[in-house]
Amino acid sequence: MAFTRRDFIRIGAMAGGVAAASGLTTDWWSLQARTIPDPKTDGDHVVPTFCELCFWKCGVLAHVKNGRVTKITGNPAHPLSKGRLCPRGEAATALLYDPDRLKTPLIRRAKRGQQVFEAVTWAVALDETAKRMDAIRTKYGPEAFALFTHGWGGSWFTRLMQAYGSPNVAAPSYAQCRGPREAGFTLTFGQGLGSPESIDIENARCITLIGSHLGENMHNTQVQELATAIGRGAELVVVDPRFSIAASKAKYWLPIRPGTDIALLLAWMNVIITEKRYDADYVAKYAEGFDQLAKHVESKTPEWAYPITGIEPQLIRDSARLIASARPASLIHPGRHVTWYGDDTQRLRSIAILSALLGSWGRRGGYILPSAMELPKYPGRKPQQPARAVADRREPSLYPLADETLASGVCDATIPGKAPYQLKGWMVYGTNLMQALPAPQQTEKAIQELDFLVAIDVLPAEITGWSDIVLPESTYLERYDDVWAPAYKEPFIAMRQPAVEPMYDSKPGWWIARELAARLGLHDYFDWQHPLDVVRWRVEAAGQSLAKLRATGVVQGARVPVSEEEGLALSFDTPSKKIELFSSTLASAGFDPLPDYSPHPQPPDGMFRLLMGRAPTHTFGRMANNRLAGAVYPENELWLNTLVAKSLDVKNGDRVTLENQDGVKSLPVRAKVTERIRGDCVYMVHGWGHTANGMKFARHRGASDSELVSRYATDPVMGGTGMNVNFVRVLKAEA
Amino acid sequence: MSKRYAMAIDMKRCVGCSACVIACKEENGLALAAFRSWVEIETRGTYPALALEIHSERCEQCSDAACVSNCPTGASYYARGGVVLVQRELCTGCKACVAACPYEARYIHHDGYADKCTFCLHRVEKGLLPACASACPTQSITFGDLNDPSSDLVKLLRSRQWKQLRADAGTKPNLYYLT
Repeated sequence: MAFTRRDFIRIGAMAGGVAAASGLTTDWWSLQARTIPDPKTDGDHVVPTFCELCFWKCGVLAHVKNGRVTKITGNPAHPLSKGRLCPRGEAATALLYDPDRLKTPLIRRAKRGQQVFEAVTWAVALDETAKRMDAIRTKYGPEAFALFTHGWGGSWFTRLMQAYGSPNVAAPSYAQCRGPREAGFTLTFGQGLGSPESIDIENARCITLIGSHLGENMHNTQVQELATAIGRGAELVVVDPRFSIAASKAKYWLPIRPGTDIALLLAWMNVIITEKRYDADYVAKYAEGFDQLAKHVESKTPEWAYPITGIEPQLIRDSARLIASARPASLIHPGRHVTWYGDDTQRLRSIAILSALLGSWGRRGGYILPSAMELPKYPGRKPQQPARAVADRREPSLYPLADETLASGVCDATIPGKAPYQLKGWMVYGTNLMQALPAPQQTEKAIQELDFLVAIDVLPAEITGWSDIVLPESTYLERYDDVWAPAYKEPFIAMRQPAVEPMYDSKPGWWIARELAARLGLHDYFDWQHPLDVVRWRVEAAGQSLAKLRATGVVQGARVPVSEEEGLALSFDTPSKKIELFSSTLASAGFDPLPDYSPHPQPPDGMFRLLMGRAPTHTFGRMANNRLAGAVYPENELWLNTLVAKSLDVKNGDRVTLENQDGVKSLPVRAKVTERIRGDCVYMVHGWGHTANGMKFARHRGASDSELVSRYATDPVMGGTGMNVNFVRVLKAEA
Repeated sequence: MSKRYAMAIDMKRCVGCSACVIACKEENGLALAAFRSWVEIETRGTYPALALEIHSERCEQCSDAACVSNCPTGASYYARGGVVLVQRELCTGCKACVAACPYEARYIHHDGYADKCTFCLHRVEKGLLPACASACPTQSITFGDLNDPSSDLVKLLRSRQWKQLRADAGTKPNLYYLT
């Protein structure tokens, strides 16, 4: 009966002319004609390039069909993606086709007492930008103009600043992110870790994460290697006030009291040294200051650390023994976003010292020493040395071990009296400073002091609303950029090239920078017609074929030894030419030569420490407007411990607002009531709570952590801004 | 021997990042609100004795599928490899399958027919992996033929412990979650 009826309908459907003529197959149950649905999203051609949704820069394949990008997949030939992408990279189509994109140049005008943006042509916008940059150059000197930049396309604007004569080029990725790590490792081993970090996760037998939530932060290659290591039986130790995804995979989870990591690290060293579990041969051969270190940590027992950290002595001992048992393939992960409490360089020093005790620097499964493929710089005209030094600190003696410009300091230098000279103009490329810098209240104050602010971006984020001129840039899928050749264990050169023509009236960064240079009388510094001229010169100077690079998106170089096991001889670019467990550099600069624990203020009754992190679908604030990623993770949530929530009468999914110690209030955010977090802190994913009208999807979704970071603790060693020092009250939002 | 397609999903490797979900949406050109796959993270225990179970979920391609037996028009059927498909022209959007599925794997497409995971049979027929398995950065998803003893899938199922979701529903699912 059923069969007859089915057959009847099928014929009816065919009579309607619906049945597809192609792709018919026959199944062996009913011998009935069936079609396998094919969504036909394969491209008619595929363009290899590299991603810009975060800073990892994975190789991707953009599938293009009828002039539209249908999907993005990983480039199997690219060492950083190995054919696999994170959800953000896959969702790049939703950035390219975001209806909220900046579509045309905009100029702020005063009209009938109101400020409005007026859409103008590129000629008008560029003329006006150049005129205002020229005015600053004439009146205050070129040093008074600063560039904030983030992302690979920023290289063209860095070049423009060099030609223009300003030393004030800063990226929030240093003092607001990985700076303390670079300083801590450079002090100890003579070099930093760069990006991608020179660590060998896949060969580690034990991986220790301290506040790093790898797997939620999707540094693609690192997550791939973490899974490989887990598949090979590696053990995890995870130190986190939150039961992260990584913690759920760990042998030991240490739910530490926030702000006490250094105490735990010292106690681990105490166990490893007193139980003689360290690599004595390695330490004797390569390190100096061991006796001072041993004496320093002698009293830092697990029992000492227990009341500080809240971690029971037995758990400290057991985890220390596991960590030591896997050495040298025992990786204490250095983290990336490490600006937490203002003593971050010392915490990263502790991680570096512990790694030295394990003998894991320069060893397989630990810290490795990769090199980059040779890629000569494009010759071009050499810029002159700027007349004045960077204005990122009040006195040159401050933050003596910073080796990059402090974006927070450059922002401060815009407020009178905060720097040797005042900044009067900003160019902001690819970074929403209102969320990338701490204390947006202070950033707003600085902006009010400016003669001129120009933003170059893809989306109308908050910073564009503060700008005098907004220049719409093409996304990475619509533009060429310079080639990239980072130090990596599988060295490579990667190509950024467009998959489709720029949408709307957007323009690639290289074109914008070059046009501005021409208008500023700096065309000599851009003596090429097209970025491919630069790329071709560099690639051919490297002995590679541009045609091959364009076809595959990546060329790989020969692997060189990256560890002692592979025959690499270790050397250390420190003053003593050894690993400095005891840092004479720190001692002579007036800092602790060995890391010490000092207590941080804890939240008062009724308040909680605000912690922030990442969701795998979201890295930067701009991602919050990505409708495809937003389909999976539509808004951030406030993680709140179950018992605490009960005491506050907050139920899972309730809307709450946060008020910090300075009276700053957040937008409403949903409470995620969970056992997975300690009761003395709350947690949210960074980059939400947008207020910009033009971010139509992201606007008023969730709450902004940045806004609540009205205070920060500055790292005296390198100027990092520790942001985990804000306390919030949780208030039920009015319905 | 005929093929019996199945998937093993390694919960030890999976970080629940949803790369599979987005890859699926892009590959299959799904509307923003439509999902053929999704990630569930289940928390067990109380602080600090906790455990998580992370599932990358989709249609289980059941061998005794409630959606097929409950479909009044014959639109739902077993295609090559035992993959359950929907013949769109035959589907009236009556939702009997949506109600019958113990895994809530189906939804009604805006064009009126029931839609769900196809194991990307259009890719598999070309020798490719389903989009989710191909995209997964942690290589947690192993697709293969249960009837091929030399397949990675069968090797994994022989060497690892696994469980199935809602096996009590009795539909003979073909997703295996490695524990």
